[in-house]
Amino acid sequence: MSITYLEAIRLAQEKALNEDPRVFLYGQDVGNFGGAFKATKNLAKEFPGRVIDSPLSEDAIVGMAVGAAIEGMRPIVEMQFADFSTCGFNQIVNHAATLFYRTGVPCPIVVRLPSGGSLGGGPFHSQSMEALYAHYPGLVVMTPATVEDAYSMLLEAIAIDDPVIFCEHKFLYYHLKADALPESTLPVGKARLARAGRDATIVTHGAMLHESLAAAEDLATDGYELEVVDLRTVKPLDTDTVLASVARTGRLLCVSEEWPWGGVSAEVVARVTSEGFGLLDAPPVRLNAKDTPVPYHPELWSVHRPTASAVADAARRLLHI
Amino acid sequence: MPKLSEDASVSPTEFIKAYRVMLLARVLEEKLASLYRAGLIKGGVFLGRGQEALSVSVGLQLRKGDIFAPLIRDQAGRMAFGDTVLDTLRTYLGSHLGPMRGRDGNIHRGRPREGYYAMISHLGAMIPAVAGGLLARRLKGESGMLGATCIGDGGTSTGAFHEGLNAAAVEKLPLIVVVANNQYAYSTPNTRQFACQDLVDKAAGYGVQGYSIDGTDLETCLKTLKTAARAARDGGGPQLVVGTLLRLVGHGEHDDAAYVDPNLKCSNVGRDCVLLAEQRIVSEKWAKAEEVAGWRREAEEEVNSTADRVRREPGPDPADDDWMAFSQPEFADLYCIR
Repeated sequence: MSITYLEAIRLAQEKALNEDPRVFLYGQDVGNFGGAFKATKNLAKEFPGRVIDSPLSEDAIVGMAVGAAIEGMRPIVEMQFADFSTCGFNQIVNHAATLFYRTGVPCPIVVRLPSGGSLGGGPFHSQSMEALYAHYPGLVVMTPATVEDAYSMLLEAIAIDDPVIFCEHKFLYYHLKADALPESTLPVGKARLARAGRDATIVTHGAMLHESLAAAEDLATDGYELEVVDLRTVKPLDTDTVLASVARTGRLLCVSEEWPWGGVSAEVVARVTSEGFGLLDAPPVRLNAKDTPVPYHPELWSVHRPTASAVADAARRLLHI
Repeated sequence: MPKLSEDASVSPTEFIKAYRVMLLARVLEEKLASLYRAGLIKGGVFLGRGQEALSVSVGLQLRKGDIFAPLIRDQAGRMAFGDTVLDTLRTYLGSHLGPMRGRDGNIHRGRPREGYYAMISHLGAMIPAVAGGLLARRLKGESGMLGATCIGDGGTSTGAFHEGLNAAAVEKLPLIVVVANNQYAYSTPNTRQFACQDLVDKAAGYGVQGYSIDGTDLETCLKTLKTAARAARDGGGPQLVVGTLLRLVGHGEHDDAAYVDPNLKCSNVGRDCVLLAEQRIVSEKWAKAEEVAGWRREAEEEVNSTADRVRREPGPDPADDDWMAFSQPEFADLYCIR
């Protein structure tokens, strides 16, 4: 049996619908059509009345989820592309994220964001929004990078009483596969050591994990061992695991598909330099996407985002080789 | 404009009940204004003077178990739904003991677990929230419930208003959206706000029932909201009620509203609904003028004694706040909360 990242997301929703009567799905085309990416395929048939097509209204989708959450339900809403969540941004950051602090009533919603670049996506179907949401208090922001995490973290997201922004990476949907679904998982907020090494630490998340692992393989042929930390959730961000790794290697490279101003890589560097300055043997390096909208043409896009070879180049600079 | 139901008539008892809630809201708001002038309120004060008849008529249609998301000028509707002088003053004066515990203030108050949603400032946002609450109730197998939310003429221009009302209409949810067209959104007049003849014209576009009424006349407001509530509860889908009236105060107490057209003030739109209701009660001989004056004194006593009490209550202590935005603190970012 081989399970894709996308199928893992579908299976997690199926399991949640099966086990928890409070769970329902709301979003554009999620019903009989099964979702733009088929992440909800067959679920409307399997759970009549609980997988509901919404109008093309991101604000209303999230707003309705907030109301349903107040009434004790556990809505999972799909933004067709993470990019369109800007149209629902207000309800996410000003309503869902503030509800508990203001009123004492939790807001257990999951907002699924099909995120990041994929071939031919272009400026409005490629964005990485995790840093924007992580900036707001009250939101948990997950960025699963593996099939196993896509499954187990989505189940955890649904179980959490607070709003969760679930940044699932479209680039991983089809070609990332696993043999089986996980039985157990790391706790929410715990980063994973994806590869052990001694010479430098790469901290990354989402699709960039795989580019980073490929770069680490590349450098291994030169005799350099890179440690790779997969953040898994960017909020909370597991500072301890990052610092422990930097303590071992003395060098830090942050790789992120986000734009360079601010963001997860900037946050990681800020924390490591303020908390672990003495651990560093060299200034930390950040590798981000280029500071332009995400280009449509594959030739442009392959240079816009960090790829394995760009990560390997950055790692070599960090190691002065 | 649909025909009002035959049994939507309003008895003198109902009229008086509504009036007394309006009066209490009016007296309370007068107190808020004076506390503001005395510098005792933290932040702004936003009053519903002139909008009490429409607002109370919404609140009175709602029962325990229904959902209400009032907006900034709904003191009367809030009190009809069960909000209290005490909670209002505690929120305005920043008492730690109020429902918002000093974390949010003034009109941003509610008790969501009791169906009383706490508005956010972004106009239109509460429409989908109430719709979602109703959808949840339906998913849980409940029926006969009603949700209501209020907005102004300015709020109808937002995307959230459109998205929320449209989505609620698609789901045929038992929702009433009440628009108080008080002629100005802060300083912006209707002529710069919308180009349709009457805001109720929008109802047809959403496929919902619309009502356009004189928002200064209590009996009309009560009858209309009663009809709309029944229609929504009975499966008629969302109902859009537009009441025409004039905001008889500034946007907030900091605003002298010098921009208001003086002709509007002397027109029917500018009539004071509380005064009109009072005159009706006396002229119909439902109560004597002295009795009405007694009701006002009662309201003033409740408001003044509650204000005195709340003013002695402690504000929030920053050292006691847990500074936690998560209901499950284990998911907070340790680096951020230290």
